[in-house]
Amino acid sequence: MADIQKLKRVASQVRRDIIRQTHYCASGHPGGSLGCTDFFTALYFEIMDHDPTFNMDAKNEDVFFLSNGHISPVWYSILAHSGYFPVEELATFRNIDSRLQGHPATHEGLPGVRVASGSLGQGPSVAIGVALAKKLNNDDKLVYALVGDGELQEGQIWEAAMFAAHHKVDNLILTVDWNGQQIDGPNDEVITLGDLPAKWKSFGWEVMHLDNGNDIEAVVNVLNAAKAKTGNGKPIVLLMKTEMGYGVDFMQGTHKWHGKAPNAEQTENALSQLEETLGDYPYPYQG
Amino acid sequence: MLDKIIDTGKKSTRDGFGAGLAALGKTHPEVVALCADLIGSLKMQDFIDAHPERFFQVGIAEANMMGIAAGLATAGKIPFTGTFANFSTGRVYDQIRQSIAYSHKNVKVCASHAGLTLGEDGATHQILEDMGMMKMLPGFTVINPCDYNQTKAATIAIADHHGPVYLRFGRPGWPNFTAADQKFEIGKALLLNEGTDVSIFATGHMVWRAVEAAKQLADEGISVELINIHTIKPLDEEAILASVSKTKCAVSAEEHQRNGGLGDSIAQVLTQHLPSPLEYVAVNDSFGESGKATALLDKYGLGVSDIIAAAKKAISRK
Ligand SMILES: Cc1ncc(C[n+]2csc(CCOP(=O)(O)OP(=O)(O)O)c2C)c(N)n1
Ligand SMILES: [Mg+2]
Repeated sequence: MADIQKLKRVASQVRRDIIRQTHYCASGHPGGSLGCTDFFTALYFEIMDHDPTFNMDAKNEDVFFLSNGHISPVWYSILAHSGYFPVEELATFRNIDSRLQGHPATHEGLPGVRVASGSLGQGPSVAIGVALAKKLNNDDKLVYALVGDGELQEGQIWEAAMFAAHHKVDNLILTVDWNGQQIDGPNDEVITLGDLPAKWKSFGWEVMHLDNGNDIEAVVNVLNAAKAKTGNGKPIVLLMKTEMGYGVDFMQGTHKWHGKAPNAEQTENALSQLEETLGDYPYPYQG
Repeated sequence: MLDKIIDTGKKSTRDGFGAGLAALGKTHPEVVALCADLIGSLKMQDFIDAHPERFFQVGIAEANMMGIAAGLATAGKIPFTGTFANFSTGRVYDQIRQSIAYSHKNVKVCASHAGLTLGEDGATHQILEDMGMMKMLPGFTVINPCDYNQTKAATIAIADHHGPVYLRFGRPGWPNFTAADQKFEIGKALLLNEGTDVSIFATGHMVWRAVEAAKQLADEGISVELINIHTIKPLDEEAILASVSKTKCAVSAEEHQRNGGLGDSIAQVLTQHLPSPLEYVAVNDSFGESGKATALLDKYGLGVSDIIAAAKKAISRK
């Protein structure tokens, strides 16, 4: 049984880390990061069987790919608290000579990242490739990936969707961060996404729903249910509703904090809403 | 002449693009604009507010944007596409190649956040190969203006040029020093300072750094002929040859990979017509990284001191 209280404590600290990372370098993407914190916490601290000593080839372990690479602050915090690298290194986010690039990269050798992302639309294809390799290797562990909802406007997403159904890539759980927002505004004002569940279904995927991706217990439950559906000949997509900026009242539910860092005052305000549970890392980095 | 080159205050080249596009909106009814979920970054809001019916939001779908632009151009419109330089080129190279370049479509590919000075977003977004890719496409014009005023003027000028254009500009506030009322002539290099010891050919943000280098070199008694190559293609071969026949050596400076950039274009001209020492100031076969714009330029060999060292080396090789 999942220890929900423990997961909530992790999520609170991760949200603090997101605010502090973006504030310190005065750039980065807090909105989507805050909205996906509960998903990441559930995935890394409850769902996935993964090894923080980190092997690039991810044999015999579950593996995760972040396609919407701009929400790196949440992933970096989660990876650090999972033991992939020192939490103190979060203070280097987006600084020169850091392993914590603005968008996730393998180039500097950051443990936990297996392919660069940031140019949107490419992650599901890579995840499918790893899922195919796992099948060839008789490795029954799973592949997880996350995409943004705005990101679904990229054509490559649908090339990947068609492929995965055709090739019965049923060891893949793809989650869509369905926050309804992107840079220029709500998805439906930019390019309407239409009937997403029907689209994925018609592409041959097993479609699952989560109405509140910011309820960590619900996230754990739906991911467990998704796991139970693997191996049935269909790739699985989880359409997960989240609220951009969740956990910080003035960032919540708007696209305005997609890619804007909080100033000192806003940071103080945000942190006052998030309990420090695991200890804040120090600035500047002493590494 | 160097004393007359004065920074009138920092403004971004992307703001120059936005201002130029807004001006075109009023004068050129055939100009239409497209954007892939980056209206704010590309500074397109003024055009959109004034002409909402001539703007098309395509969402995060750059390949589609290039195809739609080709269609709009086919039917007589003058489409300006707007997204980051990476997603304006590498992401959509074949769409541009087939539907725009090979098909002779009058599309203006307008690309912001080019190069290292994009800063903190890091190497995934910092394209340093774009000018090389675009100049290789037959029939494409490639323009990389140096400041706000010049970017605004270039934006306006390309509307009256019939043919596909790649217009490259950047993110950061940068010294604005060229004339506000300049007329932009595609393909015409601009002499910023006459000199006798070495020719420095700079493009984009590096023009200002070359100005600073030229000032310091002048203090050391070295006379620099400084030329702003805002048009990478067609290259002003005449201006290059005239200058190097006088100075007998050259430096190229660009915020781009050394392979395939401005320096290589100049090298082609020199090896064919006037073999002379040429030193490159460019990124040398590496990706960038996250950081502050100016710190990144310095780290990747694009510092004022790098231009100075290159100039001295070029002179020593005469
Ligand atoms: C190919 C590509 N085009 C454009 C961008 C610029 N960009 C970064 S994030 C983003 C919006 C993404 O929307 P969504 O996937 O909904 O993420 P959210 O804003 O919800 O975090 C855009 C357009 C990009 N990174 N990659
Ligand atoms: Mg979104």
